[in-house]
Formats: sequence, C-alpha cells, structure tokens
Amino acid sequence: MAEKTDNRQVFLNPLSRNNPVVVQILGICSVLAVTAKLEPAIVMGISVTAVLAFSNVIISLIRNTIPTNIRIIVQLVVVAGLVVIVDQLLKAYAYDVSKQLSVFIGLIITNCILMGRLEAFAMANRPLPAFLDGIGNGLGYAAILIIVGFFRELLGSGTLLGFQVVPQCFYEAGYVNNGLMILPPMALIVVACIIWVQRARNKDLREE
Amino acid sequence: MENLNLFIRSIFVDNMIFAYFLGMCSFLAVSKNVKTAFGLGVAVTFMLVVTLPVNWLLEHYVLRPGALTWLGDEYAGVDLSFLSLIMFIAVIASMTQLVEMAVEKYSPSLYASLGIFLPLIAVNCAILGGSLFMQQREFGSVWTATCAGAGWGLGWLLAICAVAAIRERVATYSNVPAPLRGTGITFIITALMGIAFMSFLGIKI
Repeated sequence: MAEKTDNRQVFLNPLSRNNPVVVQILGICSVLAVTAKLEPAIVMGISVTAVLAFSNVIISLIRNTIPTNIRIIVQLVVVAGLVVIVDQLLKAYAYDVSKQLSVFIGLIITNCILMGRLEAFAMANRPLPAFLDGIGNGLGYAAILIIVGFFRELLGSGTLLGFQVVPQCFYEAGYVNNGLMILPPMALIVVACIIWVQRARNKDLREE
Repeated sequence: MENLNLFIRSIFVDNMIFAYFLGMCSFLAVSKNVKTAFGLGVAVTFMLVVTLPVNWLLEHYVLRPGALTWLGDEYAGVDLSFLSLIMFIAVIASMTQLVEMAVEKYSPSLYASLGIFLPLIAVNCAILGGSLFMQQREFGSVWTATCAGAGWGLGWLLAICAVAAIRERVATYSNVPAPLRGTGITFIITALMGIAFMSFLGIKI
C-alpha cells in the first residue's frame, strides 16, 4: 500500500467492495448492539466516522516518529483522546442518545476498524489519502449500521426515527410488530443476510 | 450470596458474546477450532479477572467525583471521571504487556501456541466493556467486580468454545450455500445460540 494510491479508489472502495463490516469483518460488536433503533445507529455512524478520519490523519502525520515497539500504545492514546472528546460532546448536546449508546461510545476505542485502518493504512500513507480512507471506511460502517437499524426498527417497532410508519389500519387488520427483531440476536441474522446478498453478487468475495 | 448470584448471571444471562456482542472480532477470527479458541478464552478470562478489580480501585480512589478525598479535604471537589476511558485502556494495555512478558518467560510453549492473540487482547472490546459496565452499574466492592469479571470471562470462554465446536462440524459435514460459507454461517450460528441463551433470563440463586 506504500505506493501512490488513487485517492478516488481509496475513498470509494470501502463503501461496498471492501466494506469494513461485511467484507473485512471488523467492528462487529457495535453494529449488533446499537442498531435496535435507527437514531442511535446514525449517531454512532457519525461518531465513528469522525474519530476514524481524525485519528487516521494524526497517526499519518506522526507515522515517521513513532517507534515500532510501542505503536499500539500510541495509537490507543490518540484514539482514546478523540473518543473522550466525542463522548463529552454527545453528553453536552445529545444527552438522550448518549444515554442510549451507554458504554458503546467508549468502546469505539477498541473498535477493530480503527486499529485495523491505522495499522494497515495510516502508518504507510500521507495525511490526505489517510483522511479519505478514514471517511470512506467510516461511511461504509455507517451504511451497514443504518441498513441494519432501518430494518430492525421498521419490523420490530413499526417506527422510523421514532415516527409511526406502519399505518394504524394494518394493526387493526391483525398485523403485529415482530418483537424478535428488537432482541440482540436478530442483528446477527440481518448482518448475515447482508453478507449473503453481497457475496451472492460478488463471487470473488466467497470463502471456502 | 449476592456475589455468587452475580457470577452466575454474568456467565449465562449477561453473557458477553450472546447478550452484548462484545469481543466479536477476535471471536469470529479465532473460533475456527476448539483448541486455539480455548487458549484465547483462558487469556480473556484472566485479563478480565485482573483488570476489573484494578479498574474498580482506580474508579473509586482516583476518578469518581470526590474520590480523591483521601488526599485531603481540598481535593474533595475534584471530578476526574472524563479521564476514565483513557485510564482504563492504559491499565488494560499495560496489563496485556505484563501478562505477555510473564507468559513468555515462564511458559514458552503456551506463548508459542497463543502467538498473535496475546497482544490483540488489548483491543478486545470484552475487556474494556467489562470495565465500562463495572463503572456504569456502580459495583459495591472490589469482590463484586472480581466476581463479575470471572463470570464474564468464563461466559466468553464458554461461548467461543461452543461455537468453535459447532463450526468444526459445519465445516466438515454440512453443505452450506456458497455465499454464506465462513463468516455468514458463523453469524447465524451465533444468533441461534444467542436466542437459546435468552432462555436463561431471570435465572436467580
């Protein structure tokens, strides 16, 4: 990856062909835990994108001065610092969502996407491609979060972003919300379905 | 009794994998065969048992609002809780380093078999998640924290071994649709196990 990479490719690849969640299988924990409703999923996606983009830039700027032996610690400190900022901002301006996300904002620190991208990309590239890579991967992650959150909230509660979407006459005709979709295990099934669809379309992504 | 109850609940009801999905990355990567899965599970259990009490002490004597009162009355108003994330991850990272050095010195064979997974434990969400849950639920004593850590660790060990055993069979004996092979089917197995584990809800001793 050290050679000059095409910035456009760097930005667009993670959105689908090389998606961090369904192809690289990174950062699964938060995908599953915060997606019962759409709103926390969107906030989480934005937070991760911001942290990823800025930590990529910072690590890329200091990549030549970090001693190899302690690079994990340096990366953790940079990421932890940014996550603290996000955490405090959310507590100040979006307290309800911050309450719903509870420990999962803190867990952005150990989100594998961050460590993975810092190790694989930011340590070997200049700041601009690193920034685009961070935004691209963050958006790829957010896209999956939003898809999963959309289906779970729609089928599980009949609402989207808190507004009633399924009309009342459906309920009167005997339609019932699928309570199973709210339960955490269903997030795994939804992600598995996304993987299924994506790998059915891209044959080269399949595993033996 | 209270602690025993918490310990059992942490294994089955609040299971790190099936209820909170923490530590999924290493869980998915390492659950291909039972032997390595068991090794990683033991390492995670050990880290949880060590870091939870240490972080509990940190939380209660350094970070909480008013926790510094033991230094003198002028520190009673200090609130360092915004530092807790950084402190927790620092404890976890340094403990991982310590464990790695100890294992390398005293048991080179175990060190060789765990290989890359030892340093990776530092970024396992289950460990940091344990500490954050400890902070959020305001555990009363250092023993409570230790019991919860042991329970979460054993629950993680149980989950990864069970899924690894199923994956071994699935890989050999069953005909999974091509796009679902590998990761996809593991997600579904884990989800079904998760639904099964929900039957433990409400368990009490």
